[in-house]
Amino acid sequence: MPNLKTKVPFRGTKEQEKELVDFIRSMGDDKGAVMPILQKAQEIYGYLPEEVQIIIAEMTGVPLSEIYGIASFYAQFTLNPKGKYQISVCLGTACYVKGAGDILDKICEMVGCEAGSITDDGLFSIDATRCIGACGLAPVLTINENVYGRLDIAQAEHIIKGYLDKAKEN
Amino acid sequence: MNIVRSHVLVCGGTGCTSSNSPEIIKQFNKELDKRGLSDEVKVIQTGCFGLCALGPIVIVYPEGSFYSMVKPEDVEEIVEEHILKGRIVKRLLYEGDLKEAKVATSLNDTNFYKKQKRIALRNCGVIDPENIDEYIANDGYQALAKVLTQMTPEEVIDTITASGLRGRGGAGFPTGRKWAFAAKEDNPVKYVCCNADEGDPGAFMDRSLLEGDPHSIIEAMAIAGYAIGAHQGYVYVRAEYPIAVKRLQIAIRQAREYGFLGEDIFGTGFNFDLDVRLGAGAFVCGEETALMRSIEGHRGEPRPRPPFPAVKGLFDKPTILNNVETYANVPWIINNGPEAFASIGTEKSKGTKVFALGGKITNTGLVEIPMGTTLREVIEEIGGGVPNGKKFKAAQTGGPSGGCIPESLIDTPMDFESLAAVGSIMGSGGLIVMDEDNCMVDIAKFFLQFTVDESCGKCTPCRIGMRRLLELVDKITSGNGTLEDIELTEQLCYHIKENSLCGLGQTAPNPVLSTLQHFRDEYIAHVVDKRCPAGVCKNLLRYQILAEKCIGCTSCARVCPVGAISGEVKKPHTIDTSKCIKCGACMEKCKFGAIVKN
Repeated sequence: MPNLKTKVPFRGTKEQEKELVDFIRSMGDDKGAVMPILQKAQEIYGYLPEEVQIIIAEMTGVPLSEIYGIASFYAQFTLNPKGKYQISVCLGTACYVKGAGDILDKICEMVGCEAGSITDDGLFSIDATRCIGACGLAPVLTINENVYGRLDIAQAEHIIKGYLDKAKEN
Repeated sequence: MNIVRSHVLVCGGTGCTSSNSPEIIKQFNKELDKRGLSDEVKVIQTGCFGLCALGPIVIVYPEGSFYSMVKPEDVEEIVEEHILKGRIVKRLLYEGDLKEAKVATSLNDTNFYKKQKRIALRNCGVIDPENIDEYIANDGYQALAKVLTQMTPEEVIDTITASGLRGRGGAGFPTGRKWAFAAKEDNPVKYVCCNADEGDPGAFMDRSLLEGDPHSIIEAMAIAGYAIGAHQGYVYVRAEYPIAVKRLQIAIRQAREYGFLGEDIFGTGFNFDLDVRLGAGAFVCGEETALMRSIEGHRGEPRPRPPFPAVKGLFDKPTILNNVETYANVPWIINNGPEAFASIGTEKSKGTKVFALGGKITNTGLVEIPMGTTLREVIEEIGGGVPNGKKFKAAQTGGPSGGCIPESLIDTPMDFESLAAVGSIMGSGGLIVMDEDNCMVDIAKFFLQFTVDESCGKCTPCRIGMRRLLELVDKITSGNGTLEDIELTEQLCYHIKENSLCGLGQTAPNPVLSTLQHFRDEYIAHVVDKRCPAGVCKNLLRYQILAEKCIGCTSCARVCPVGAISGEVKKPHTIDTSKCIKCGACMEKCKFGAIVKN
């Protein structure tokens, strides 16, 4: 997993910080609260930059090194921001045997960034995900909330082109 | 409660939701409303029916008409014709193998369902998972009542032991014995956990169970709590399963309102409550000690056993952990008796098992079969065979911890012992079918990449050994391997298996070992002939133009990004293999089938 420090600067707001702080307080001294807190923080900020990890460490008393250890251990947590359009290509077994690997390669080539990273303009990020449990639709990709299934390379190309055009217009 | 004349069941599982079933429900409500039928006909969002390949699926009762691949624009026709005028919309009926009969058929008559026996999935696709009353109407919470009012904890454990139920998460440990170990511990605080961190890429029965029948899991966990003397449970579920998480939370809230969770359940003085903990995407958290570390809020790293969790588990207290599917069987066993369960299956593998059929198979979806059903029956009869006229090559069971079963062993019965005997495992029930176009060395590499990514890094054999193993297999698939590399690969597999700390490392080499066992000739073709028989491994591919088919239209030469194709107009072209980057663009472009890869 490439987890290089991002070039995109931290743009957290006071409101976001308040929401996080309130949530941490609401957890009280619940054993095992770090995971739900990190999940909430990622929901608020979209990712877990150092600035956010420091807030969590200071409020919970868990050392920052340990917070970082947890945040970097689980695949769901991301230390880098995600693009405006988050492309996820499922590489579960069912999708893989039906050619998802080639679809991923094609999309990376079209968008111009590697799996696990974000384009410099912050518009697109690509992830190779593990099974999303929609094996009946294999191969599957998702872009933000939209699910596209039963794909071949040509259809995937067509879908991505649509988003690229949309991004260009804005 | 209103009496309605007709029920419309729309699948709300993940597969069908992804192909727009929520919109279909909206359309149904709109169309029914427009015709003033809202009081007569009830639309229900259910869990998964299993036949995901044909989703979205709609069933209209009382006729039981099974409509497949329904689009929102078809809804008006179903309402107008079927519900209003009583004429079944034949165009949309799933006929399967019953094409000739041409009648609205009961589901159970189709090959897909005929051979199945639905115990764990008994309510999936039948009830509305967000409505506790429907679960209760289908004997829900009856088993919990029976256990709390008529049975001692020992009797509950004896019943589960007598049923022969074994863990459905992969290892197949006898469930009753696990409960007995935890019950024996003298500690006022114990925990009941449910493993819903379904990590095998290609298995989705736990997800479908939580989405389709969450109350059965809650009921079973409360029963387990009573049996071992625990008052708190945790369901550890993947955050990637938002629908499952939502329905489980709704179900827990309803169960509390009805008094099936909380204090003094059924007035018996027994207290039990449940919480949901979200996993965050780590395959190793399927291992029990790692899962408990994760619930405690740490990195999910496993630890050596003993002490086993039954003695020292979550927060250092005695804990039992069972898989979702295991729990789903428990209320059925209590209600129907252990003998009924033990009468199904084989001598050592009792009951049924749910498999997630995927890959190169016509009927992808979830199937529940009696243990001991042969792989051939599952693939050819229930699964409808391999599509597109291709030849069946192998079936992979057990995901990254399992192995491949070749065509010569297709009559293997699907039970714990028989699968282990052919070098695979039952695992959690992923069943991926592969055809002649799949390269077995490439599949082994795919699983290695997965386990290398997912190794937690705590023990050396897994952290470093798996990486070296992947490098070796990669060397073979890129055409640089030697026969010695195959030997070395095999040796390294055994070292990793014998020396790793947890189940992840101990089973991670299985995909390599089983393909070496059954498809060694493919490995040899890669290193000796420098050829990939299935035409998958890019470095070993050679594109070639068949002179007798090429008419010299030049379209391949124009599309080639590196100028590797040359030739005169209207004369056969040739590919310079030293320049070719094997992108396949020429083959896609050729209208005459003159370009082949081998």
